Amino acid sequence: MTDKPSLPIVENFSRRAAVKGGFATLGAAAFVAAVSPLRQAASDKSAAEFMQQHYTELSPEQKADVIARLEAETKQNYGAEVTIGDDRPIPGTKFVYAINLSVCNGNGNCVEACHKENNHDRSTNQSYIRVLEMPMGTMDMEQGTTTYTGAVPKDGKFYLPVQCQQCDEPPCVDVCPVKATWKEEDGIVVVDYNWCIGCRYCEAACPYHARRFNWKKPEVPAEEVNPDQSYLSNRIRPVGVVEKCTYCLHRTRRGKLPACLEACPTGARVFGNILDKDSNLRWILENKRVYILKEELGTKPAFFYYFD
Amino acid sequence: MSSITASADEKSHITSYPKFIGRSLWLATEGSFAFYAWMTMLTALFLVGANAWANQVAGGMIGTNMTDQVSWGLYIANFTFMVGLAAGGVMMVIPAYLYHDRKMHDVVIIGELLAIAAIVMCLMFVVADLGRPDRFWHMMPIIGKFNFPISMLTWDVIVLNGYLILNLHICGYLLYMRFLGRQPNPTWYIPFVMLSIVWAISIHTVTAFLYCGLGGRPFWNTALLAPRFLASAFVSGPAFIIVAMVLIKRLTGIGGLDQPIETLTKIIRVTILVNLLMVASELFTEFYTGGAHVSAAKYLFFGLHGKTALVPWTWTAIGLNVTAALLFLWPGLLRFRWRPLLVAACCMAFVGAWIEKGMGLIIPGFIPSTLHEIVEYVPSQLEWKVTVGIWAFGLMVFTIAIKTALPTLKQPAKH
Repeated sequence: MTDKPSLPIVENFSRRAAVKGGFATLGAAAFVAAVSPLRQAASDKSAAEFMQQHYTELSPEQKADVIARLEAETKQNYGAEVTIGDDRPIPGTKFVYAINLSVCNGNGNCVEACHKENNHDRSTNQSYIRVLEMPMGTMDMEQGTTTYTGAVPKDGKFYLPVQCQQCDEPPCVDVCPVKATWKEEDGIVVVDYNWCIGCRYCEAACPYHARRFNWKKPEVPAEEVNPDQSYLSNRIRPVGVVEKCTYCLHRTRRGKLPACLEACPTGARVFGNILDKDSNLRWILENKRVYILKEELGTKPAFFYYFD
Repeated sequence: MSSITASADEKSHITSYPKFIGRSLWLATEGSFAFYAWMTMLTALFLVGANAWANQVAGGMIGTNMTDQVSWGLYIANFTFMVGLAAGGVMMVIPAYLYHDRKMHDVVIIGELLAIAAIVMCLMFVVADLGRPDRFWHMMPIIGKFNFPISMLTWDVIVLNGYLILNLHICGYLLYMRFLGRQPNPTWYIPFVMLSIVWAISIHTVTAFLYCGLGGRPFWNTALLAPRFLASAFVSGPAFIIVAMVLIKRLTGIGGLDQPIETLTKIIRVTILVNLLMVASELFTEFYTGGAHVSAAKYLFFGLHGKTALVPWTWTAIGLNVTAALLFLWPGLLRFRWRPLLVAACCMAFVGAWIEKGMGLIIPGFIPSTLHEIVEYVPSQLEWKVTVGIWAFGLMVFTIAIKTALPTLKQPAKH
């Protein structure tokens, strides 16, 4: 210690060192105590989950392991027996949605069906669909309201349901810094809930308010859990990640229709494969007056509105 | 200076550099009672923030008041402002190295150390805003999945970390040479200093591109955003440094700071007016045009459909910025006896920019939402705690960094 007399601290090194050491220890202990809630958070997460690779990089065996783990976790956390599929796009399919605005009466059954089908958090009453009540004669959403109440339809109003438009130029996909969201071959934009870091840049980028963030762990009673799930779709989402409408890919890729369509009592909703020349949907797009929401933004939606 | 000593020491840098860091940190923890009181206070505030953040991670971000409509709040607002502060430090570098201002040369390290502290805070604010901080590694190139070059956020990761490394290198090198008692070799830092000037501009430009590239958010979708960011950064950065230098002079008696203070004051005189001009241009295009494009600005300045949460904030910012601008225009502000007024003007400009970049830019970008819902946002107590904690940590880093540099500042390098 005495070989460097140039250091001014050397003379009273031991006393000062002891005092500083004491304070440093105290500070470190206080820090550990302050961040102790992290330990509890960490105990909820397994090493396997932490280390899990991106969905597109999992081998079939790894995927099977991950899905088995997720099913077990759902059983443990929610008390529900579920099966999580890995539904892949059907070749030659491009899903497109259309809504007849002359028919939609704003009853909101689609909103509720989406909430249940997709295992949304019960306490926040989440849904991928929002319905705007708009005055007749305008398409300016500034004039609309999403929080209307009372009997529908009201005179002088029309109703504009908005959900993910599954854009062909999706701004949400472009901005994601970790490629946790992408567009699949059948046109559906999906999220790997086990890769998303929760920065919510996609939420800021989406012009249709189509993305939702899990601000807390979703609460779904065991008896209300929809057990038919898919990895990229309606499985119960982890806390702190973004989720979105997937055109119910766990249904539509298995040949069924989206839950919102089945729930619609007015028949305003049409869903189908645009590549199929004989489809009802193709006929509508070719023969009706079709409107695209915020077309000027160049997002190229796979979602159309039309009038009779 | 002498290459003979350098080559003799060559092999020992690996051991002597850590020794230099250790000794610097040791010296940085030596000080008066007031210094210990200051550091204790900052530590306490930091611990409050750390605890709040740990609770946020454990309980989910429901503890914040952010919503799906207003999905970024106080954290990203502060992040944006801190990027500006980091970039603003370069306004000391430009006179020192491009205009060969000798006096500035001696104290330019203050600006670079501020940049380091500010970038550290930026990174902390980004981490605080992540829903899944445990997945931070997904953002790392190679081991994660880096969406480069499409996502502007990956550009931001690169420029911010690059700027941090640049400044760590420049400051580390200069202080280390002082520690070894040698004259710094210009080839080892001048190119990096020149690069840091360009880089400082880039960090704030890229951060502006994060927002102005979004077509669905009309309030942000303006080409003027990046220049506006830079103009306000070149107000807030120098303003902070002036106050820091006044304090350093008062507390340590270090001389040679008056002329740099004067130079920075003259810089703010111009930049604060440029900033106001840009704000005015933006407001003109918004309000003269009208239509749906103006709703966020209308909300910000006058309130929309009876919702007025941001109105007091924005008029406070306008008041502070205009008052500060008038004070800076007054030539007497440079006189020594008006130092307290100069400090007050700097504080006003600083707080004005903080509101403008935070409450006045990030939040109205989300109000009204893309479906034109008006969901207001007021930060929760948890968010304020985390924010204060990060500011306290940043000030701690800055204090320690300045203390490390004091021996260098006390004996300006001879030329």
